[in-house]
Amino acid sequence: MIDIRYVLQQALNALQLGSIYALIALGYTMVYGVLTMINFAHGDVFMAGAFLFFVAAVGFHLPFVPALLFSMVGTALLGAAIERVAYKPLRNAPRVSAIITALGVGIFLESAVLALNPYPRSIPSLIQNVTWTFEGVSFSSLQVLVIALSVVLMVLLDFIVYRTRAGMAMRAISWDRTWVPLMGVPVNRIITLTFTLGAALAGAAGTMYALAYPVIDPYMGVMVGWKAFIAAVVGGIGNIRGAMLGAFLLGGVEILVVAFFPSTYRDFVAFSLLLTLLIVRPHGILGKARAQKV
Amino acid sequence: MIRKSIYITIVIGSLLACTAWGANPKIKVGVIAEMTGDMPAVGASCKNAALLAVKEINDAGGLEVGGVKKKIELCLEDNAGKADQSASAAMKLITQQDVVAIIGPNASRYTIPAAEIAETSKTVLITPWSTNPKTTLDATTGKPKQYVFRACFIDPFQGRVVARFAFETLKAKTAAVLYDVASEYNKGVAEVFRANYEKLGGKIVAYETYTTNDKDFSAQLTKIKSAAPAVVFLPNYYSEVPLQVQQAHRLGLQMPFIGSDSWGSAELLKLGGKDLEGFYFSTHYASDSASPAAKKFIETYKKAYGAVPDDVAALTYDAFGLLFTAIKNAAKDDRESVRKALSVLPAYAGVTGDMTFREDSRDPVKSAVILQIKDGQFRYFTNAEP
Repeated sequence: MIDIRYVLQQALNALQLGSIYALIALGYTMVYGVLTMINFAHGDVFMAGAFLFFVAAVGFHLPFVPALLFSMVGTALLGAAIERVAYKPLRNAPRVSAIITALGVGIFLESAVLALNPYPRSIPSLIQNVTWTFEGVSFSSLQVLVIALSVVLMVLLDFIVYRTRAGMAMRAISWDRTWVPLMGVPVNRIITLTFTLGAALAGAAGTMYALAYPVIDPYMGVMVGWKAFIAAVVGGIGNIRGAMLGAFLLGGVEILVVAFFPSTYRDFVAFSLLLTLLIVRPHGILGKARAQKV
Repeated sequence: MIRKSIYITIVIGSLLACTAWGANPKIKVGVIAEMTGDMPAVGASCKNAALLAVKEINDAGGLEVGGVKKKIELCLEDNAGKADQSASAAMKLITQQDVVAIIGPNASRYTIPAAEIAETSKTVLITPWSTNPKTTLDATTGKPKQYVFRACFIDPFQGRVVARFAFETLKAKTAAVLYDVASEYNKGVAEVFRANYEKLGGKIVAYETYTTNDKDFSAQLTKIKSAAPAVVFLPNYYSEVPLQVQQAHRLGLQMPFIGSDSWGSAELLKLGGKDLEGFYFSTHYASDSASPAAKKFIETYKKAYGAVPDDVAALTYDAFGLLFTAIKNAAKDDRESVRKALSVLPAYAGVTGDMTFREDSRDPVKSAVILQIKDGQFRYFTNAEP
């Protein structure tokens, strides 16, 4: 016997978790799209976003919207800086070097935040949180905000990538990095833009995560980052709509496993399902098989 | 300002002292604390209390060992909130710093690996706060370890106390548990609670888990909500409990929450705020209902650090008390004599209450207290005798 209210409540939980995964997964997938590189520091950029939000809210006493913008601009600059300092010099180095560098940048960010602040911090609730109960299903204003804001940001990104010249350039570079520069596309500027956009989304995700789970610590980005990365791979890494789909799928599977199995099996069952999916579709749900260039 | 500079001098002094070769005979004591990582408040309390305990002895001229007064040297190690670093810190203290005994680590998941090293290296380790039975038991034989001691009660006792409190005092006939399945301490307390609660006649309607560093508990809490228990037991660390309670309130759960001694840090109140008001947890001592000896410690600690000592601080102080008593009784300060003296110590009156030791057990028998969170403070609620 399954109670429909129980299912609805869990579906809401899944939407909230999925939308945060989606915002982070987008950063992984965009960078992979243009550079075929996995930016393992991305989870820590997300963490930096949460801490920037904390600084804005507690240090500068900013209200929610300016604090969110502060965090997004801050992480955008951070993303651009990381690209310029750590990845650009390695643009033509073997890809393994870039991945190692990315891991190093991630550990650097964690340790830097740890050195400045070893204590977990609590985030003040900047928005009035109201819980509504409708036919036994509870949902909070926070949940609605997280889901709505993520959807708005995702629609915005989709617009940038599919409807603007810069977005077209991004897609072109992801298609072919040898010939596209010859057509006059400013590759370096587009790559920086990609990092900036991805990092800003991670900043927004960090802010929302900090609001929804208001205890933040320097290692918070590690596990969430991995999960978002997995979501991007499952959706088809390099594909923006795939990342969103993968993220909601992962959030949904995680919540559903707990809803109907003992919670100890959560990651085990969730990741077994995702692995099975990858065996059936090795390039992810929306990913396309591309011939390996030699 | 002066307080701070004195404090800094103590820290720097003790760090330098550890490596310097003194002319006077000194007793080296190692401390492993969780100074960084996921529970830095625990490490800070442990370190503060350790510095205080050593300062008191040294200010009095040192510890008398067989007629000679010897000063104590403290060697501090950070385990960074990691199991492997706890083991390597123990190794470093034993082999390189050549300490007589080690105090710490505190959380069971870090103490168990460090205790293994201490046991095989034949060096006394006293953990202030690790309540998991496995800490002092040999994994293969199930017999007590020879070199590992503790200043706190153990989880089977704590689980029984909380179960009785939920069933008899709160009159809750149904309960739910949410705990970290990847952490020794949480798992241990949850299991004992379940067994005892069911023995009393209560019903566990939901028994849910998560893993360390999870932040989203919405699915588990929704499940608990639909099971509608009268009380929810959260035997989890202070950095996670506020998240769990906040999310529960957001999902519309309204029953009381209870916890165990891992709640007992002032950080809990900072992180959790109003969401924790009125809830209960079991712990080692209550700073507002303490013995005269404890009051003196609380005053000194307050003066030195500007905060009320939490249970980790009090237990660390007691762990040092145990060690100093053992060294005095042994009248020698080699590792083996200290171990022998500790293993035959019958009783000790500490700031966390009177402890008695049974033969062939490394775990003190002592009482527990239940605290309530009231007006943003920990308040004594009731006592539970062993």
